[in-house]
Amino acid sequence: MVEVEIDGKKVEVAEGSTVLKAAQELGIFVPHFCYHKKLSIAANCRMCLVQVEKAPKPAPACATPVAPGMKVWTHSEQAVRAQKGVMEFLLINHPLDCPICDQGGECQLQDLAVGYGNSASRYQEEKRVVLNKNLGPLISTDMTRCIHCTRCVRFGQEIAGIMELGVAGRGEHSEILTFMGRAVSSELSGNVIDLCPVGALTSKPFRFAARTWELARRRTVSPHDSLGATLIAQVKGDEVVRVLPLENEEVNECWIADRDRFSYEALRQPHRLNAPMLKQNGAWTEVDWQTALEYVAHAFRDIAAEHGKDALGFVASPHSTLEELYLMQRLARGLGSENIDFRLRQSDFSLDGVRSGVPWLGMNIAEISRLDGALVIGSFLRKDHPLLCQRLRQIAKRGARITAVHAAQDDWLLPVETFMKVAPSAFPVALLEILKAVCSTTGASPDTQFAAYLESLPVSDEARRIAESLCSARNGALLLGNFAQHHPDAGLLHSLALEIARCAGQLRVGILGEAANSVGGYVAGACPSPGSGGRNARMLWEDPCRAYLLLNAEPRFDCADPAQALSALSNAEHVVVLTPFVGEHGDYADCLLPIAPFTETSGSFVNTEGRVQSFRPVAQALAQSRPGWKVLRVLGNLLSLPEFEFESSEQIRDSLVAGRDVTAQLSNDMGRVDWTMPSAPPGLERVSDIPIYRTDAVVRRASALQACRDGTDPVLRIHPATASEVGLSNKGRARVKQGGAATELSVQLDEGVARGCVRIAAACEASSSLGPMFGPVTVEAC
Amino acid sequence: MSLPTILTGGLDRESSWRLADYERRGGYQALRAIFSRPLSPDDVIAEVKKSSLRGRGGAGFPTGLKWSFMPRNLPGEKYLICNSDEGEPGTFKDRDILRWNPHAVIEGMIIGGYATGATRGYNYIHGEIFEVYERFEQALEEARVAGYLGKNILGSEFSFELFAHHGYGAYICGEETALLESIEGKKGQPRYKPPFPASFGLYGRPTTINNTETFANIPWIIGNGGDRFLEMGKANNGGTKIFSVSGHVNRPGNYEIPLGTPFVKLLEMAGGMRAGRKLKACIPGGSSMPVLPGDVMMNCDMDYDSIAKAGSALGSGAVIIMDETTCMVRALERLSYFYFEESCGQCTPCREGTGWLYRVVHRIEHGQGRQSDLDLLTSVADNIAGRTICALGDAAALPVKSFIQHFRDEFAYHIDNRRCLVPVEMQREGSRIYVGEPW
Ligand SMILES: Cc1cc2nc3c(=O)[nH]c(=O)nc-3n(C[C@H](O)[C@H](O)[C@H](O)COP(=O)(O)O)c2cc1C
Ligand code: SF4
Ligand code: FES
Repeated sequence: MVEVEIDGKKVEVAEGSTVLKAAQELGIFVPHFCYHKKLSIAANCRMCLVQVEKAPKPAPACATPVAPGMKVWTHSEQAVRAQKGVMEFLLINHPLDCPICDQGGECQLQDLAVGYGNSASRYQEEKRVVLNKNLGPLISTDMTRCIHCTRCVRFGQEIAGIMELGVAGRGEHSEILTFMGRAVSSELSGNVIDLCPVGALTSKPFRFAARTWELARRRTVSPHDSLGATLIAQVKGDEVVRVLPLENEEVNECWIADRDRFSYEALRQPHRLNAPMLKQNGAWTEVDWQTALEYVAHAFRDIAAEHGKDALGFVASPHSTLEELYLMQRLARGLGSENIDFRLRQSDFSLDGVRSGVPWLGMNIAEISRLDGALVIGSFLRKDHPLLCQRLRQIAKRGARITAVHAAQDDWLLPVETFMKVAPSAFPVALLEILKAVCSTTGASPDTQFAAYLESLPVSDEARRIAESLCSARNGALLLGNFAQHHPDAGLLHSLALEIARCAGQLRVGILGEAANSVGGYVAGACPSPGSGGRNARMLWEDPCRAYLLLNAEPRFDCADPAQALSALSNAEHVVVLTPFVGEHGDYADCLLPIAPFTETSGSFVNTEGRVQSFRPVAQALAQSRPGWKVLRVLGNLLSLPEFEFESSEQIRDSLVAGRDVTAQLSNDMGRVDWTMPSAPPGLERVSDIPIYRTDAVVRRASALQACRDGTDPVLRIHPATASEVGLSNKGRARVKQGGAATELSVQLDEGVARGCVRIAAACEASSSLGPMFGPVTVEAC
Repeated sequence: MSLPTILTGGLDRESSWRLADYERRGGYQALRAIFSRPLSPDDVIAEVKKSSLRGRGGAGFPTGLKWSFMPRNLPGEKYLICNSDEGEPGTFKDRDILRWNPHAVIEGMIIGGYATGATRGYNYIHGEIFEVYERFEQALEEARVAGYLGKNILGSEFSFELFAHHGYGAYICGEETALLESIEGKKGQPRYKPPFPASFGLYGRPTTINNTETFANIPWIIGNGGDRFLEMGKANNGGTKIFSVSGHVNRPGNYEIPLGTPFVKLLEMAGGMRAGRKLKACIPGGSSMPVLPGDVMMNCDMDYDSIAKAGSALGSGAVIIMDETTCMVRALERLSYFYFEESCGQCTPCREGTGWLYRVVHRIEHGQGRQSDLDLLTSVADNIAGRTICALGDAAALPVKSFIQHFRDEFAYHIDNRRCLVPVEMQREGSRIYVGEPW
C-alpha cells in the first residue's frame, strides 16, 4: 500500500494505483472523459490534469501512478487552469447547439462545461465539420461532436474483441470510422453509445424520441439469455423508449448485449395482442377476459373429462417468469396432468430423475473471470452468451487457456487454443478421447461404464492437447453450451463432462443456461416429476395431447422439432396461447390471451448462477394485456383449484423460494445413466444454431435488431469438401429434406462447419418447416 | 583554421560509406577493442558518461545515463533503436551521416547494444529518403558479412541483430514512443509515459532509443576515451555537433563544430549572411525551439547550456537563419501550419490548439488580425505547452510564444496595416535560391 495526499486528505491505495483511483477513493471528483474503469488508459483527453508536488507541469490523474508521499491538488489554481484550458480546446470545434443534440441533458461534456467552461468562446475561426458515418441500424452518428476520447475504439479492441471502429487521419483531421464504411456488427456494439461521453454515438432507434429528463428510469432484468443482465428501462408515458445497463459487477458488469438493449422495440404496436381472442367457426373475434377465461376453463375441463387428464399438455417458454412457470405447473398438476415442460429445444431427457439438482453454471458468473482454463463443449458461445463470452475473452487475455469441442467453428474473438471440430454424433467419442488422454496424464482410472470404450479408442492430437490444457489448469472448468444441451445425447455428454472433470482433478462443470429462466423453470417445477410418467418437451409432441396451453412459446421457432410440434398442435382440439404478441398462432390456436411482457408485469428470473432477480413492471400493461401470473391465477380459480389465492407475484415467488436457499438446489451432479454409444447417421447430419436475434418471441420482433447482419435469414453452411461431395456450390441453392419436411436455402461454403454436416439455423422463418435440430438431412443442388 | 571533427572528417564522398573505407579510417576498432581489452558493458557506459555526450535528437539527455536505465540482465528480448526519422524542419544532418558514414552508426549501435544488453536493433529511417535507406541496408549487409553483426560478434559471446525500418515520413514518428508504435505496425502515436521505454518499450520489452548522430559518436568515444571527447567540447557539453545551417546564408549545409564554438564562427563557415544583410532572427535548434533575435544570437556560443541561457535550446542542431527580408508573421504562419498538419491528434490541447494557432496566425498574415489576437495566441500556446502527451505540443507552442515575444511590434504593425512590415518585393528578393557547397 502507498500513502498519498490529495487535496490535503491522506489515503492509502494499492501500489500501482493511479492518482485518479486514489482521488475516487477519497470521494474527490476529478473531471475526465477518456478514462473508463473497464478500458485501457489512453490519457488523451487531458481533462483530468492535476497538480503534483514538485512536478513542473500538471499530470493526468488517470495515468499517473501514485508514489509514496505524493502530494496532489485536484483543484489548485494550476490544476483548474489546466482543466479549463482543456475544456476550452474541447469546445472550440464542438457544436454549441446542445438544444438540438440528442445527448443534451446526459452529456458529460455539457455537464463539465458548466463547471469548467467559459460563458463565451474565444474561438472565432471556422469550426470543423466531420461527415457522419453509417454504423448500421443500431448506432446513430453525429461525428462533428466527437471529442476523440477513443473510448469506442478501445471498447471494440478490448471488450468486444473486434476493432470495428478506429481513428483514421491525424491531428484535426482525425475521425472515428469503420473499416471501409462497413457497419458495426458486434453483438455488444450498443455499449459504445453509453461509453461515448458526447452526442457523437447515440441510439438509432431512440433518436430524438425523448429528452432524458422526460424519462422515468426503472430497473428490470433482461429476459433473453441466462445471464440475467440488469437493465434500466427508460419509460416515457407508458412506453419503454430506451434500455440501458444497470451496472452490476457480479453479473453484467457495466455492459449489456445489443439484444438486451434494443429488444424493447418489440413491445409496441403493431406486434401486440390487444385483447383476448377466440376462434369461432374459423374466424377470430375479440372477447372480454371473462368470456375467454371461462372458455378455456370449460375446454380444459371437458377434454379432461372426455379423454382423461393425460390429454392436457402445458408448454412454457423458458423466457417466462418464475411466477408464470410456477402457476402454470400448479395449474397443470391441479388438473391432474404431469405433461408440462419448458426445455423446449432439448431432445434428450435421460437425466430426469438422475440429476441431483437443478443444472446451473456450476459457479458464480464472477468466478468465470477467475478461471485459468476452460473447455467449452457444444456452444455458439459468442452469439449464445455474449457477455459470458466477453468474460472468457478477458481471462484469455490474461493467459487462461480456452479450448472447445463443437460442430461449427465461429470466431469467438478470443484465442481458442484447440478447437476440436466434430460432427454432433461424434461428440461422445470426442469427449471419450479427451477422457482417455486426461486419465493417461493424471493416472486416474475412469469409471467402469466408460473404461470398456476407452481401451481400444485412438486418441487424436486435438483431444490430447485439450486434455493437457485441462490438466494444467489450477482453476479450470468444462462448460456445456446450448448445443450440448440440445444434443440428442445431452445426458451422455453431461456425464462425460463430469467424468473428465473428476479424472483431471478438481475441475468444475458448468451448464451455460440457455434462457432467462433455464434454471428458474426447474426451481418452479415446470417439468414432469420423475417417475410420474408425465410427458416432457419431446413427448409432448411425439405423443400428442388433445389440448395444449402455450405460455410465451412459439413452437415453430422454440422447439427441437418444429414440424412435429406443429403437427401435434394442428391436430389438437384446443390450443390456448398466453402471449403478448400477434402473428404466430393463428392457424392452430383457438384462444389467444394477451399477457404482459416482462416490462409490464412483475416477476423473477433465476439466472444461470441461481440468482433470483425480481423486477417490477416498468410500464402499464398495454391495452387489455394482463400479467401472465394473474391470468393463470384466475384460470386456477375458475377451475376451482385449491390454494390458488395469490395476491401478488411476490407472494407466488415467496411461496416458492422464500426461506429456501435456491443455491442449495443447484447441482450438476447425477446418478448413473444407462447409455449406448450413438452411431453416426448415414449421410449428412444437421447442425443447428439459434441465431442471436431469433432466440425468443421478443427479440424476433425487434425491428432494429432484425435489420442487423445477425438478423438476416439463414443460409445453408457446409464445409467445402463436403459440399463438393454432395454437389453443392457456393452461393447456389439447395433443397433440404428432413423426413417429410423440406425447404430451399442458399448455400455458403464454410470451413468452420465439421465435415459431413450441414449447418442450418433453427428458429428462423426459412428453416421453420424443417424437422429436428439434429439428425440426418439430405441436400441436393437445385 | 579548421576545427576538429569526429563524424565528418576525412569523408571523401567517393566511397566513404563502404566498409573497407570505414575500416581504413579506423572503423570497427572500437568494437574490437571492447572484446580485446576487454571492456565490460559497465565500462562502456562509464566511458560514455565521462564523455558527457548528450542526445543529439533534440532533448539533449545524457546518453550514458540513459543507457544505465536499461535492465541489462533481464532475460528475454531487449531492443536498441536508432532514431533516423529526422523530420524536424531545418534538420538534415542524420541523412548525411547515414549517406556518407553509415558504419559509424552501425558500430555505435553494436557498442550500444553491448552496453545496454540489447539483443536486437532497428534503425528507423525517415520515409521520404529512399537512397539513404538503401545505402544503409547495403552497409548492414557488409557488416553482417564481415561478422560485425549477428551471432557471436568477432568470436565473442555477444550477439546482436540490426535491421533497418523504413518509415512513411510522418514527423510524429520521430517521437520515440510513436516510433515504437510505428515499428510495431500501428499508427504512429506517442505513448503516455510512464512507463518509459527502458521498462516498457518495443513490444513491451526494455528499449533504448537514441538519435543517429548520438550513435555515430560512440565509436570515437570508445576508441579515444570519454575524456578526450569531453575536451573537444566544453564541460557538460562534450564533443562536436553537426549543425544544419539553413536560410539566408551563402553556404547552407551541415557543419560539424566543437560544442561551445561561437555562433559567429559557424555563420562564417556557412559563408556568412547573404548579400551582406543583417541577421534578424535565428532558430538555433530546429523549428520547435524558440526563435532568438539576431543580436542575441550573435553573442551566443553553440552549446546546450549557452543557448539555453539565451532563451532557446540547441535541440537537434538545426540553425535556421533569417535576415531582414523575412516577415516574421509569414515565417510563423509556415511553422504553425507544420505543427497543425503534423499533430497526431490524439490529445486534446495539441489536436485542437495547433489548428487554432495556425488559423489565427494565418488570419493575421492575411490582414484579418486583431490586436487582441496576440495575447490570445500566447494564451492558447500556454494552454498547449506542458499539457500534452508528447513534446509536439510544446514544439507547436514555443515558436508562437517566442515570435510574439521578440517581434511583437512587427505583428502589431501587420495587424494595424494589414500588410507586412517587410515589403513584399524585399521578401521576394531575400528568398531567391542560392546553391551553396555541401560539406
Ligand atoms: C514531435 C517529436 C519529434 C521528434 N523527432 C525526432 C527525430 O526526428 N529524430 C530524433 O532523433 N529525435 C526526435 N525526437 C526526440 C525523440 O523523442 C528522442 O528524444 C530522441 O530520439 C532520443 O535520442 P537522443 O537521446 O539520442 O537525443 C522527437 C521528439 C518529438 C517530441
Ligand atoms: S502532443 Fe500532439 S502529437 Fe503529441 S501525442 Fe498529443 S496530439 Fe499527438
Ligand atoms: S481522463 Fe485522464 S487524460 Fe482523459
